[in-house]
Amino acid sequence: MSVLVYIENTEGVLKKSAFEVASYASQIANLQQDQAIAISIGDVSDAELQKLENYGISKVLTVTNDNLKSFVNQVYASIIVAAAQKEQANIVVLSNSFSGKGLAPRVAAKLEAGLVSGAISVPSFNAEVAEMKRTAFSSKAIATVTLTSPIKVITLSPNAFEIEERKTSAQIENFVPEIASTDFGTIVKEIIRATDKISLPEAEIVVSAGRGLKGPENWGMIEELAEVLGAATACSKPVSDAGWRPHAEHVGQTGIVVSPNLYIAIGISGAIQHLAGVSSSKTIVVINKDPEAPFFKVADYGIVGDAFVVVPQLIAALKAYKGN
Amino acid sequence: MKILVCISNVPDTTSKITFTNNNSEFNNAGIQFIINPYDEIALSKAVDLVNGGANGTVTVINVGDVTTEPTIRKALAIGADQAVRINTTPYDAWFVANQIAEYAKAHHFDLILTGQESIDYNGAQVPAMLGELLSIPSVSIAKKLTIEGNEATIEREIEGGKEVLTANLPVVVGTAEGVAEPKIPNMRGIMGARSKPFEIIEPIPVEALTSFSYYETPATRGKVKLIAESDINELVNLLHTEAKVI
Ligand SMILES: Cc1cc2nc3c(=O)[nH]c(=O)nc-3n(C[C@H](O)[C@H](O)[C@H](O)COP(=O)(O)OP(=O)(O)OC[C@H]3O[C@@H](n4cnc5c(N)ncnc54)[C@H](O)[C@@H]3O)c2cc1C
Ligand SMILES: Nc1ncnc2c1ncn2[C@@H]1O[C@H](COP(=O)(O)O)[C@@H](O)[C@H]1O
Repeated sequence: MSVLVYIENTEGVLKKSAFEVASYASQIANLQQDQAIAISIGDVSDAELQKLENYGISKVLTVTNDNLKSFVNQVYASIIVAAAQKEQANIVVLSNSFSGKGLAPRVAAKLEAGLVSGAISVPSFNAEVAEMKRTAFSSKAIATVTLTSPIKVITLSPNAFEIEERKTSAQIENFVPEIASTDFGTIVKEIIRATDKISLPEAEIVVSAGRGLKGPENWGMIEELAEVLGAATACSKPVSDAGWRPHAEHVGQTGIVVSPNLYIAIGISGAIQHLAGVSSSKTIVVINKDPEAPFFKVADYGIVGDAFVVVPQLIAALKAYKGN
Repeated sequence: MKILVCISNVPDTTSKITFTNNNSEFNNAGIQFIINPYDEIALSKAVDLVNGGANGTVTVINVGDVTTEPTIRKALAIGADQAVRINTTPYDAWFVANQIAEYAKAHHFDLILTGQESIDYNGAQVPAMLGELLSIPSVSIAKKLTIEGNEATIEREIEGGKEVLTANLPVVVGTAEGVAEPKIPNMRGIMGARSKPFEIIEPIPVEALTSFSYYETPATRGKVKLIAESDINELVNLLHTEAKVI
């Protein structure tokens, strides 16, 4: 038996989540005294794939095929299942990324396997039964989930698991599964990438602003602060509802859930629905002119003050710090 | 066009979440239940697409016990034409998806809409599982959806951008914000909901593969450290030396 892990790339470069899931899968494999085997789909160089050997992966199956350049969840799911069967995997790990969410349930259904999505801990095993933690109720709770099927599919929550180096040597193997034309049910027409932007779900630092900023014209300083910190930008729901910022930046219970190392909330009151999406951030800084703003109750550091005064000072202070 | 909209019944977003029975069960005492907000978007889109019945019908389906009926009635009031409740506890996504797939197989829908995830258990599993069980395409997180003839065009979010894709009907789409503006039921809708067809079906036997055994509330943070506006360097210093995040 083995642990199979699906490795995502962006235009041939392994994603940060790829190393997270690789490291996670190899820890599970270690517990199970099995091998951790990776599967990569698309054009990724052997040199790039070889990096996975630093994270406990002993074999990488690589599927390159001109028809697989863009993501089609049905085809990708069939390939992952074929790999799982070839390697007799009893555990399949994916990232709980946008693509992972479209893929993992199909993989699980094909294998008639139970699926835990958004795991935040390495499972413990008791014979066939695995137990692990994940958040529930939009981060308002942490749940322990039991997975009882013989084959188990787990998606790992981004940023929730500390990558650990574990050096092995990995053999890279071309894998040529049969691909059914009927699996090409969706056709990608266009990919629009905001190349200068840091991806919000994967970001280690997030700078977020709310209605306290008064209008879209004031986001210059938010973007500048994000740039100084190498952070992604985010916003509260009313801000994206009003069209001040794109929907893709809206965090919270009905937006994106983030768990960066540092979340800086500027001019956001801290409504329960907003907190639900950000409360698992490791460190929270709140800047708000109202000392009674509920956000201060869940913050690590707070500044009671006017964002229009504090943010430019913070940018200057950070520039000075980075300059040293 | 025949559209099926999957509705889950979830605690209101303002609910304080607590647990009972040695923290093994969600405590629903005093909780107000609502249509899952993402499902409300799916439903509103469906109602727009059928355009008052001129272009087809909207069926809402829920896998749940009798306590979910007020939520289903609200979906009828918003504009669904008929409702189906599969009379059982929704044990896990595999169980739920199999129940819905069984119904969908018998009724041949052109479009199946779900929310991108339910805000209680946040699985984000049902849409793609349904696609697989029905052997049709699925897109789990759609930000835009348009239908022209037999073709759906969908905008999906990806890390650091978006992707536009097409699929022939039938297709399963999990909707996120941006697909439609949520509709609010009006008086006529509420009155009309009472006389719309409402079918109750018994479940098929399916074994759940996952279960929640225990809940904790996340560790609370220590008291906030307030830093004076005039002392911004101290914040930078703390983020570096104490929090170690920069
Ligand atoms: C079903 C449902 C789902 C929801 N989902 C979400 C969600 O996912 N995400 C989300 O964010 N919200 C969500 N909401 C909305 C949520 O309830 C709040 O309305 C929203 O989070 C408030 O946004 P805000 O903090 O930007 O604005 P406000 O509540 O208006 O707060 C603005 C804050 O800015 C401060 N401020 C004003 N001027 C300044 C200044 N010059 N300097 C510093 N501070 C200043 C004020 O003191 C105030 O605290 C949802 C609501 C519902 C009903
Ligand atoms: N019990 C249920 N009955 C009907 N539809 C459901 C149920 N649970 C989940 N769904 C649908 O599946 C979507 C995703 O749910 P989940 O996979 O639980 O996050 C929801 O937004 C609903 O549209």
